[in-house]
Amino acid sequence: MSLTVEENKALIEEVLKAYPEKTAKKRAKHLGTFEDGKPDCGVKSNIKSLPGVMTIRGCAYAGSKGVVWGPIKDMIHISHGPVGCGQYSWASRRNYYIGETGIDTFGTMQFTSDFQEKDIVFGGDKKLEKIIDEIEVLFPLNKGITVQSECPIGLIGDDIEAVSKKKAKEYEGKTIVPVRCEGFRGVSQSLGHHIANDAVRDWVFDKVDPNKNVFESSPYDVAIIGDYNIGGDAWSSRILLEEMGLRVIAQWSGDGTIAELENTPKAKLNVLHCYRSMNYISRHMEEKYGTPWVEYNFFGPTMIEKSLREIASHFDDTIKANAEVVIAKYRKLIDETIAKYKPRLQGKKVMLFVGGLRPRHVIGAYEDLGMEVVGTGYEFGHNDDYQRTTHYVKDGTLIYDDVTGYEFEKFVEKVQPDLVGSGIKEKYVFQKMGVPFRQMHSWDYSGPYHGYDGFAIFARDMDMAINSPVWSLTKAPWKKAA
Amino acid sequence: MAALRQIAFYGKGGIGKSTTSQNTLAALAEMGQKILIVGCDPKADSTRLILHAKAQDTVLSLAAEAGSVEDLEIEDVLKVGYRDIRCVESGGPEPGVGCAGRGVITSINFLEENGAYDGVDYVSYDVLGDVVCGGFAMPIRENKAQEIYIVMSGEMMAMYAANNISKGILKYANSGGVRLGGLVCNERQTDKELELAEALAGKLGTKLIHFVPRDNIVQHAELRRMTVIEYAPDSKQAGEYRSLAEKVHNNAGNGTIPTPITMDELEDLLMDFGIMKKEDESVIGKTAAELVA
Repeated sequence: MSLTVEENKALIEEVLKAYPEKTAKKRAKHLGTFEDGKPDCGVKSNIKSLPGVMTIRGCAYAGSKGVVWGPIKDMIHISHGPVGCGQYSWASRRNYYIGETGIDTFGTMQFTSDFQEKDIVFGGDKKLEKIIDEIEVLFPLNKGITVQSECPIGLIGDDIEAVSKKKAKEYEGKTIVPVRCEGFRGVSQSLGHHIANDAVRDWVFDKVDPNKNVFESSPYDVAIIGDYNIGGDAWSSRILLEEMGLRVIAQWSGDGTIAELENTPKAKLNVLHCYRSMNYISRHMEEKYGTPWVEYNFFGPTMIEKSLREIASHFDDTIKANAEVVIAKYRKLIDETIAKYKPRLQGKKVMLFVGGLRPRHVIGAYEDLGMEVVGTGYEFGHNDDYQRTTHYVKDGTLIYDDVTGYEFEKFVEKVQPDLVGSGIKEKYVFQKMGVPFRQMHSWDYSGPYHGYDGFAIFARDMDMAINSPVWSLTKAPWKKAA
Repeated sequence: MAALRQIAFYGKGGIGKSTTSQNTLAALAEMGQKILIVGCDPKADSTRLILHAKAQDTVLSLAAEAGSVEDLEIEDVLKVGYRDIRCVESGGPEPGVGCAGRGVITSINFLEENGAYDGVDYVSYDVLGDVVCGGFAMPIRENKAQEIYIVMSGEMMAMYAANNISKGILKYANSGGVRLGGLVCNERQTDKELELAEALAGKLGTKLIHFVPRDNIVQHAELRRMTVIEYAPDSKQAGEYRSLAEKVHNNAGNGTIPTPITMDELEDLLMDFGIMKKEDESVIGKTAAELVA
């Protein structure tokens, strides 16, 4: 069972005691408990992290290059600035894609302008021009280039927009996108998502030549928005939509292409998985092109069924009927999966701390396996995320926004969940505490977790983490068995 | 050998920093001092009177050509001019691009690491008008210039700049030990200039070490890319610079922690000397038409 509201309060107070008064006062606003009937989770969010704490957040560059733009596979994304940002984020997200790397796809390659002192002092615009020229020679099949700004670009005032325009003209209308995602902007990667979305709007949509775009629409066109194909997530989602009779014309941005981005305004419906990182462009397409959008959740059969019906409701009866056929088709797989794993996982408590949509979206999948999420929080969520979370969490769920390393450790120590789901930086801390752990950013090198097929893998992985015999060996031999 | 003296000349743009500093340093060289000038202005005009050159090749332009600053040798950037004064220009980007402040930091680090300061009595930094960012404050940080000489005049903006520079010095005075050596007034023939300069020096907790009178011979020398010391060694003006050089030398590395004043105090000072009229609050924000009405 989760703790009660009062117990949570006491726990939060105890944890806050470790901080200086001012820090405690500020952090108190980010920690709370969900209470039934409330419109949000009672925490503040999207506020600058405090100095001195260990935050799990990233930066605007991470949000743009790492999340939104990076997976567009047939474009080359230049990490513009000193070498570190590109080097240490190189291929760190498991955005699967199909293609010949280095020929027509570039997802796992690293391009950087590798700024030196002289580029800082004299400006890097000329170097950027040269890099674009070199890319055109070395990788002639690339379909476009983005310039992902690292911090110094904004500090020294390089005019990457002018370079992009000049080179786009020189290469006959090539898509070259300058992105002002300097890491110091905003409080987390979240602003980077927004900046990247705006760059799609201004440098892709607004530059498409309608005469050149020969895309032919069908009445069943949908675009998957906000699925980064971690371990193949978008693929295990796409097949369900296709089995329903819909035509997926774009994947944003896992395994996606620039042509798909350009065609998306012609979709009949945008289906949005990660609301946080791509609601901006979805809203824009609704306003400018009249493309409606709907949020969905493909984690776990309960939410998948609900989502399939919701998506089908935007189409005709054939599609609606097909949705039922798809749901029925996978019933056997789901029943078997649940029959196998639920008895092993029933009643297990989970604490989550992740980014994007997962702090709420995966809750249903755990519940389908009889598990209970007793604490959750967002790395970089906003208030609208916490409002949406109310539909998923139970009364008394501990909520921690932008949790600090210290807080998370203390919460887990006290709540003693059976599983923690967070990232690589947290993994070994909790495993050393003897708490089973799954990485919920990278699916711990497994996946996909989306869709029916993904649920089967998810169930297996959670069982593997929690019921591994290794946990019976963590007790020190000199300590008496309890 | 006496300890290395590191000095710097700061002041409002166009006040005559480079002229004053080069003449003073030429006079110090006459006294037998070994001198290194480090120009820290992207315009790279801090050493032209010593080298008789238009503009010397700068550390940064040579570094950009060579690939990086690590590829440079000290001989490439060091030029020797009048009375063996060694000259280096940091240089920097053309206006509107890049980061000139970072350029100053890069150059000074290069010079230190490559032994440019070995065997000299004086290192003098000539820095651009305003301390606009951290890079231009580099020469007054730890282990760099210990005495700052602010070149100013009786003009309002020059005094304003002097006060601002004092704030910069104050910021680094405790961490790095930089001190204000004094003010040098470069005469502009404004009203009560000497008195005003002395009063400002008093307010800033320092002294006016020299009042350099205006003399057209400076212009004549400049046109020949020479210091007055070299062009007309027997002139009265050369004597002024020698006198200033002696005062700097005799200052022996001492100075004060400045006490910068507020804008209001500065304006009060100008009003005390009758330079500025008391502000007429009733006319502020009124158009010409409104004032007639």
